[in-house]
Amino acid sequence: MILTALTDLWYGFGVALEPHNLMWCFVGVLVGNMVGVLPGMGPLATISILLPLTFAMKPVGAILMLAGVMYGAQYGGAICSILLNLPCHPPHAVTCLDGFPLTKQGKGGTALAVTVLASFFGASWGITEMVFLSPVLVRVAMQFGAAEICSLMLLGLLAGSTLARGSPIKGVAMTVFGLLLGIIGTDVNSGAMRFTFGMMQLDDGIELIALALGLFGIAEFMNSVNQIAAGETQYSKVRLRDMRPSKADLKRSFFPMLRGTIIGSLCALIPGTGPTIASFVSYAAEKKISKTPERFGTGMIEGVACPEASTHSSVQGDFIPTMSLGIPGDAVMALLLGALMIQGIVPGPQLISEHPDIFWGLVASFWIGNILLVLLNVPLIGVWVKLLTIPYRYLYPSAMFFVCIGVYAANNDMFQVGETVVIGILGYVLLRLGFHPAPILLGFVLGPRFEENFRRALLLSRGDLATFVERPISAVFIALCVLLLAAQLYAWLRAIWRKSGRGKLTPDPTADQSVAAAEPLRLGD
Amino acid sequence: MLFGLVAAAKGPGYGTGTLMRMGPGFMPTALGVILVLLGMVIAGTALAKPPGEDERILPDHPQWLGWFCILAGPVLFIILGNYTGLLPATFACVFVCALGDRGATVKNAALLAAGISVFGVLLFSYVLQISMPVLMWRGL
Repeated sequence: MILTALTDLWYGFGVALEPHNLMWCFVGVLVGNMVGVLPGMGPLATISILLPLTFAMKPVGAILMLAGVMYGAQYGGAICSILLNLPCHPPHAVTCLDGFPLTKQGKGGTALAVTVLASFFGASWGITEMVFLSPVLVRVAMQFGAAEICSLMLLGLLAGSTLARGSPIKGVAMTVFGLLLGIIGTDVNSGAMRFTFGMMQLDDGIELIALALGLFGIAEFMNSVNQIAAGETQYSKVRLRDMRPSKADLKRSFFPMLRGTIIGSLCALIPGTGPTIASFVSYAAEKKISKTPERFGTGMIEGVACPEASTHSSVQGDFIPTMSLGIPGDAVMALLLGALMIQGIVPGPQLISEHPDIFWGLVASFWIGNILLVLLNVPLIGVWVKLLTIPYRYLYPSAMFFVCIGVYAANNDMFQVGETVVIGILGYVLLRLGFHPAPILLGFVLGPRFEENFRRALLLSRGDLATFVERPISAVFIALCVLLLAAQLYAWLRAIWRKSGRGKLTPDPTADQSVAAAEPLRLGD
Repeated sequence: MLFGLVAAAKGPGYGTGTLMRMGPGFMPTALGVILVLLGMVIAGTALAKPPGEDERILPDHPQWLGWFCILAGPVLFIILGNYTGLLPATFACVFVCALGDRGATVKNAALLAAGISVFGVLLFSYVLQISMPVLMWRGL
């Protein structure tokens, strides 16, 4: 068992080290690192922009590059949050708490070095987990029929929408909305047109790229235009020399790293709890364990090492359900799955056996990519710091051009650019209303497969809904769904109970960061 | 309050769903019903608490100019892309978007737009062979 996994991994390294794959992996992590550093550009927007470019590529190279963008951005985001106190990406919001004080004390370099180390450590663990857990999961998942897949998807959707940031009920509403968007177009089973409103261009459904770029490109730009100030770079003069951490620092951060990694990998196993929650929970846990909890927030190296390690181990761990079951845990994973589907590859348990080059190549490329990132980050830190000074006003118009041409190039169809604009406006309005757009994408990607499996299950059981409860595995998933809903309902009622005097139930959309900060901390305490 | 609007906006989804034939219409109908229910719950919670708290759809400083420019960019890209080709479309799109920023000057925006245009045309027309003419005139 272990031996097969190792041989497969060896094969994966063979795939990932092929020159063109290696090159795409490098391009991916480079771009990812870059956008991670730049305030106002997230991995979601970047992956969607790069998506059209991957059409001409081989599936392996495409997925290596897109995945590289994703974890590269995690590295870059840490730089931004430590040196500028700007949490560009939600998982790094906690890193700011201790990272920025360290920078102010002139120890920014040390903090960065520890971050890089912790990230690498966490990521390696996440990858190892993926190597050994995925085949096991796949073996189980091979037994699944339509009913099981269907209820598993339901669980994934529910978890993805309720455990993410913001209000759970809004998350569910957005997922359902995404499922509805996924229905637009020709019905696979009967050929009937649904929700096309007589527009020929909608017959094939909404294009994934148009949706993603509308929601995470245009809507995000609208949200942040004139809002993002150029970073304060007064503290951020970091040289390579400063980056060598002292032995004491290393010793202090080793166990937090370990603990962070374990928490992160546990969080990754629960669908829907992505890196953001992992980092908050681990920070809270570290604070609890520490002998000097009152000093957290004033520049404790532990407070940097632990959340960073957990973020990275959970980022890599998130790939486990995505690749082995075909159930993405968050919007980025949904996008990656979408990219695979565009390449004509059906995600699901059969992916590993049918396309071993993709799966094992991806796993191997994680390691290669992480090593590349360490190599990129340590000597080139000065370059990344320079990047921080690029003003947003040059950034977003350029990005808009890539959005336009990307959507156009996907199908050579101008109509879809219009589609993107409309979705962008919609996405912005929803964002202002406190609805987070990420679950829409989750619902959109899973929607068609959910419907297909749902119908197939009902067809097999001759229209008897009880099939979902009668089959044991499926029943377990349904029970988990109910449990999840009940827990949410309980938490919600308790919140009303407690806050009845104070009001303010729905989080203010402008305070997205702080909401994200408050919620999981409550979980962790 | 606000969310009542959202529920109302989603209402048509319900209507179209039920009007469909039973086979393909089942899923939309079910989802529509769920969404309307959720909308009602959200509207309910919004109504339940005292008004005047979370009623700001607009942020503190509405960026009408910024929003308008960002949206005008792609629209111009569509129009110019259809009638005059890639180069003018790119230039117009980037230029207009760049003007949306408070700190932008016409000169800066034009420089940026020119730079991106050259880069974009080189990359997409010559390297990636996109099927859109660089420059053309297809009268109105």
